[in-house]
Amino acid sequence: MLRSRAADDGMLRGKGRRISFFDEMTSQEGGTRSPYREYCGWFEAEDAARIQRKAQQAEALFRTTGITFNVYGAADGDERLIPFDVVPRIISASEWRRLSRGIEQRVRALNAFLHDIYHRQEILRAGRVPVELIAGNEAFLPMMMGLDPPGGIYTHISGTDIVRTGADEFYVLEDNARTPSGVSYMLENRETMLQMFPELFAKVPVREVSDYPINLLKSLAACAPPACGGTPTVAVLTPGIHNSAYYEHSFLADHMGAELVEGHDLRVIDGRVAMRTTQGYKAIDVIYRRVDDDFLDPLNFRPDSLLGVPGIWDVYRAGRITIANAPGTGIADDKALYSYMPDIIEFYTGEKALLPNVPTWRCSDPEHLREVLDRLPELVVKEVHGSGGYGMLVGPAASKKEIAAFRAKLEANPGNYIAQPTLSLSTVPIFTKKGLAPRHVDLRPFVLMSPQGITITPGGLTRVAMTKGSLVVNSSQGGGTKDTWVLED
Amino acid sequence: MLGKTAGSLFWMARYLERSENNARLIDAGFRIALTRSSTAAAEWKSVLVTAGVNQAFQAAHGDYSSARVIDFLLRDPANPSSIMSVIRQARDNARTARTALTRETWEAVNTSWMTLVALLKRPVREDDLPDVLTTIRQQSAHVRGALNGTMLRNDGYHFALLGTFLERADNTARILDVKYYLLLPSVAHIGSSIDNVQWETILRSVSAHRAYRWLYGAEISALKIAEFLILYRQMPRSLAFCGERMEDHLAQLQRHYGEETEAWRLAHALAHETLAGPIQSIFDGGLHQYVTGFLRANAALARQIERDYRFVE
Repeated sequence: MLRSRAADDGMLRGKGRRISFFDEMTSQEGGTRSPYREYCGWFEAEDAARIQRKAQQAEALFRTTGITFNVYGAADGDERLIPFDVVPRIISASEWRRLSRGIEQRVRALNAFLHDIYHRQEILRAGRVPVELIAGNEAFLPMMMGLDPPGGIYTHISGTDIVRTGADEFYVLEDNARTPSGVSYMLENRETMLQMFPELFAKVPVREVSDYPINLLKSLAACAPPACGGTPTVAVLTPGIHNSAYYEHSFLADHMGAELVEGHDLRVIDGRVAMRTTQGYKAIDVIYRRVDDDFLDPLNFRPDSLLGVPGIWDVYRAGRITIANAPGTGIADDKALYSYMPDIIEFYTGEKALLPNVPTWRCSDPEHLREVLDRLPELVVKEVHGSGGYGMLVGPAASKKEIAAFRAKLEANPGNYIAQPTLSLSTVPIFTKKGLAPRHVDLRPFVLMSPQGITITPGGLTRVAMTKGSLVVNSSQGGGTKDTWVLED
Repeated sequence: MLGKTAGSLFWMARYLERSENNARLIDAGFRIALTRSSTAAAEWKSVLVTAGVNQAFQAAHGDYSSARVIDFLLRDPANPSSIMSVIRQARDNARTARTALTRETWEAVNTSWMTLVALLKRPVREDDLPDVLTTIRQQSAHVRGALNGTMLRNDGYHFALLGTFLERADNTARILDVKYYLLLPSVAHIGSSIDNVQWETILRSVSAHRAYRWLYGAEISALKIAEFLILYRQMPRSLAFCGERMEDHLAQLQRHYGEETEAWRLAHALAHETLAGPIQSIFDGGLHQYVTGFLRANAALARQIERDYRFVE
């Protein structure tokens, strides 16, 4: 694995200097890699000024559509836009076959793991995962013990974050089984590309992504509880218009033809969860919730929550509603648990993991901690329960002062952290005023699971660090997105 | 449809209508302030009273200078009825009801909001005011066009249109309520003419000064103006027109849901009893009492719609 000096990379078409990162468009020798050949042919024949104009149109399009984030407390009109880059990220059919097999194996194993730790806990008895990691974990929900979610599904919707470091090197960086977001960007990015460059899609055979909402609806409906007679009624539960992912919630509800509900629209009536319609209360069978476990039911979880439904837990326990994802699923996102994923996969599938983990030091282990402290300037350190790129240290990009401050935090509470080598994330060019320039990317494919099987939308969301040299792709840290193409065979 | 969604469509339309009405009120007030500086303060006061924000204005500012009143009515975040506040609330309601709106309608509302955020970032200079007010009215027409041109004629459409006509009736009645005293003396003393500029202001605030002339020619009479604004069914901002539309949309909702409602009965009574005329009998019973009674009935209808269709728990 390369240990990169993260700030040190330049223009792709620069002075022929050494490129220390794997670029997905241009090979080390300077030629165009095969998945990008047709695109590059098109690009070179295009007028850069035209693409520049299109890029500006794209931004206006995102704004009128309202694909924006509210920044809490900011003035009117200060809604933020996630930057969109017009150069697609392209994955070959064979690369995708390999990735999707690995993802499917992983999601299957995670679902089996969740079932196990909420039932017989065989993996703990076998000593493959330490008991403390479960027992002492905030995301573990003892109330789920012995409970069978409809269809046996815990992770109806998940997102597996993948990074690439070489032609054949892919790693899973994170599992997102709680409430992965970003799928609306995947869909709108494609929609935008189709509007801006329709001719490209006639030239390059790109696999469709637009059936995601319909697959989501089918997948959720297939998990309806036994109490449901006839066609299941599906609803999306949102915290409301001030939530930063509200656009996505309304998008998914709209495209599924499902009602978008908030806690105050719902009520438990005659042992069912029902929504208040213009004609009275109507029962719901499946609820795709975009609120955390803690807020689901003020009677059974956080009493101060106004986002959930009093009593929904009792309905769930009685098998009269499906909650997707199942409560207690968040433990699968735990970054300390992540380091055991290769064992978890082997334990439940009997196979070796097809996609490797990033080597991870658990700082709770004194030996690991010593090594991490020794090598802090070259490592990435993350909070075990953190997300969104907050509270992490990227050693090579940090100042001496930042490293010293982080060292103090780490020593005070080592159990709260894991560390990983700074990966030399692959780059894909973005379009800048000066031409194409490489930027680091990751990939979040979206996975649907139901008793009828697993569906993975080809591609997923490519997040890109828009700042030169930056390795942090999170939108909260200034990251952008790209359309992701998986080529037809 | 969720009760909340129905309520959001209703309120989205009310707020959009309110922004357009307020733009018209500012336009009419501004014209008087320019041409008759001696009565400007009184005119601004009546605009503020009509918009229902006079007390809030007085508490914050005191004297009625044109610049202060205009800024308060256009941009002040502390004024819940300022055009900026109203557009923001319209957009919030549209976002809440996003799944019940066509993409075109939502984008029209969102574009209106973006346009006004940019337009009203800084105080508007008096020489820019006419352009700004025109833009506000154009944005409103854009939303209405998208709504009419693209929405299914289902329950959601009827809730939005109910909000439009309820707000519009409220606005026209408030104008009458504030200005009724101008109409009274001329009825009492037949033959005495009412103040030309004043009656034109009334008609201007409902965008109907030309329509009136086409209809009644040069005859400027209080009775005719009141009849035009209250009973004339071809005039889209008259109380009778709004009453008829509300009754119709509630009748269609009854059919859609197969369920009779108290709201329809109230609207029916409003359209066929309160708004039956003739104008002379309204004057005989007292114009002021009549208008106050209408405002009360209109507000009661709004509450009944909210109850019948479960906007809130």
